[in-house]
Amino acid sequence: MQESQKHWLNGLKSALKRSRATIIEPLSEVFSRKRIDDRFWEDTEDILIQGDVGVPTALKIIEGLKADLKESPLRDTAEMPERLKKTIIGILEQERIPPVSTGSPLTVKIIVGVNGAGKTTSIAKLAHKFSESGSRVLIAAADTYRAAAIEQVQIWADRIGVDVVKHERGSDAAAVVYDAVHAAKARGADILIIDTAGRLHTKVPLMEEIRKVKRVVEREMQGAQIETLLVIDATTGQNGLSQAKLFNDALDLNGIILAKLDGTAKGGIILAIIDALGIPVRYIGTGERVEDLAEFEAHAFVDALLS
Amino acid sequence: MFETLTNRLSDVFRNLRGRGRLSDKDVESAMREIKLALLEADVNYKVVKDFIAGVKEKAVGEEILKSLTPGQQVVKLVSDELTSLMGGSPSTLGLAGKPPTIIMLVGLQGTGKTSLAAKLGLMYKSEGKKVLLTAADVYRPAAVQQLEALGKELDIDVFKGEKDEPALKVAERSYRTADKEGYSILIMDTAGRLHIDESMMDELKSIKTALKPHSVLFVADAMTGQDAVNQALQFDESVGFDGVVLTKLDGDARGGAALSVKAVTGKPVMFVGTGEKPRDLEVFYPDRMASRIIGMGDVLSLIEKAEAAVDKQDAEEMARKMLKDEFTLDDFLVQLDQVSQIGAIDEIIKMLPAQMAPKGLKDISVSESDLKKIKAIIQSMTKDERSLPKSINGNRRTRIARGSGTEVSDVNRLLKQFEQMKKMMKGLTGKKGKFRPIQGF
Repeated sequence: MQESQKHWLNGLKSALKRSRATIIEPLSEVFSRKRIDDRFWEDTEDILIQGDVGVPTALKIIEGLKADLKESPLRDTAEMPERLKKTIIGILEQERIPPVSTGSPLTVKIIVGVNGAGKTTSIAKLAHKFSESGSRVLIAAADTYRAAAIEQVQIWADRIGVDVVKHERGSDAAAVVYDAVHAAKARGADILIIDTAGRLHTKVPLMEEIRKVKRVVEREMQGAQIETLLVIDATTGQNGLSQAKLFNDALDLNGIILAKLDGTAKGGIILAIIDALGIPVRYIGTGERVEDLAEFEAHAFVDALLS
Repeated sequence: MFETLTNRLSDVFRNLRGRGRLSDKDVESAMREIKLALLEADVNYKVVKDFIAGVKEKAVGEEILKSLTPGQQVVKLVSDELTSLMGGSPSTLGLAGKPPTIIMLVGLQGTGKTSLAAKLGLMYKSEGKKVLLTAADVYRPAAVQQLEALGKELDIDVFKGEKDEPALKVAERSYRTADKEGYSILIMDTAGRLHIDESMMDELKSIKTALKPHSVLFVADAMTGQDAVNQALQFDESVGFDGVVLTKLDGDARGGAALSVKAVTGKPVMFVGTGEKPRDLEVFYPDRMASRIIGMGDVLSLIEKAEAAVDKQDAEEMARKMLKDEFTLDDFLVQLDQVSQIGAIDEIIKMLPAQMAPKGLKDISVSESDLKKIKAIIQSMTKDERSLPKSINGNRRTRIARGSGTEVSDVNRLLKQFEQMKKMMKGLTGKKGKFRPIQGF
């Protein structure tokens, strides 16, 4: 028993160590095949799954592609990659939530997410982007829980040259937000970005606390455009769907920021999220510098997913 | 943690066990279900494929399908393979012959290295050791302040560098300080960067070369997906690590990344982070976790928790009563108190083997107010009634309900549950009063 157990584990280990190409099967190889057989479909499914698309969505994509092929057969297998991309983009464009227009008098962006997803860095990037384009930006340091979270926001804000509204660590997040909204009014800010404490989506009291933050904004700033954005780490697996569901239930999300898309992770989980919930991706984080934030572009994303 | 996986696997297993004979097709469909369950739990797909192929090959090789109990044999096979995938007994961090013992934490941004540094520090501090934390993440804004704040909260010393001092210098100086000032444990927080960032990896390597830490721990977020394996391999190849810490397991993450990292790098998962509080760090027991995933429960952990809450002599007396069928409502009352000290009922039930926890019991949840009600009802009974519940007729039930401020239906329910419980106890004890071996294992 022991012997043969070692056998497959060791084989796996050396296969993976030999070359990363064995993990990420090159799509070009799959698509250069002349035959579209069961193995072809299985390999395509694997490629999607290793990009964290998840089994149900991967199967849906493949079914969609099969249906598409039935309707208009391929003339050449070389067309295959484009057809697959088209199918995936079809899913990405299912978004059912319209973007929040930047409005007057004030646009408020509430940034939420699990611990370590990249909220604070994303906020710095957003603040930089808007202040570069001439908006007056104010940041509310409402992560009053994590040690040094307020300092982290402050350091970024100093670098970018925007103001921060903050209280002591441990104070009430809603109170910070209350002050920030009034400061935004008084200073004539165009955009208020609210940093919130990272919380696991399964913790009910913490989710309730964050609803309170949103209610404060709604009450104190009637007519403000509120955009609630969930930050998702691009390395997140199937748990990302649960994150999106629970944050959406609590807050009615307007969009997603896909952070840390600069490694080897593909961020395929957003396909599952869009498929299930229709929440669109608004921005992607593509690096560690403050400029590294791009608006989401479906074609480029799909190219990267399948590369 | 791992609950969805557990539920899905136990469905597959139940299906397999129920069959007298298995066709190739039955095995095929069971394997597909297991494959999907593992993929849904974020186990790396390459690991899953090889796992399934390994099980299939053996199922055929050992001619299991021709045996008298093929279903159980396949279940056993899958269980064994899963256990070996997770690794056997727990691995612990050793201490250096000559202090300080250096522990270096590496991993991507946002996985929880800084929090872990504090948690590990607290763990050693509560063992009476003198701990120094080094803030060698000189890049992330406020990373040093974060560690400082945590150190202050926990009363653990933190070493930080001068402004713009390179991480390697900070690390080296912290070592000299630890050595000179008699610290026995030095925990080094490092900068989180992407595994494809070469200059970052070089920095980690140079720290590792200079300080020769006794353990390098790779910190991985339990929510990571398929890419976990890439990250781990890259860190292992360029820096090298001895063990894995899985953080943020207190959400609903399925932790398949952990299984994969172990399978691919061969490095054990040593600790798991189970909450935001500094105390929320647990030693990882692969064998227990495997048994929990497979639906065999985690009886060992349950026993440990029980031992911490219950006096041993009381427990033995209680067990004797259960075996001899002398268990009374008074004993039940005592036990309820003890159980509520061990933990929430639904948590305890999750630790029981699937076969021991009847289906209906899985959804049970006893709240504080339920417990109060039960207590009130029992306390409204006479002594005789408590030791002989059968004597409680309709009139007595009405009286008890009135006395305890409950409804007769509450009293009825309690008495019924008590009877069921006694039945379950009888089921657990065999002829010699020992636990009957669980079928199939």
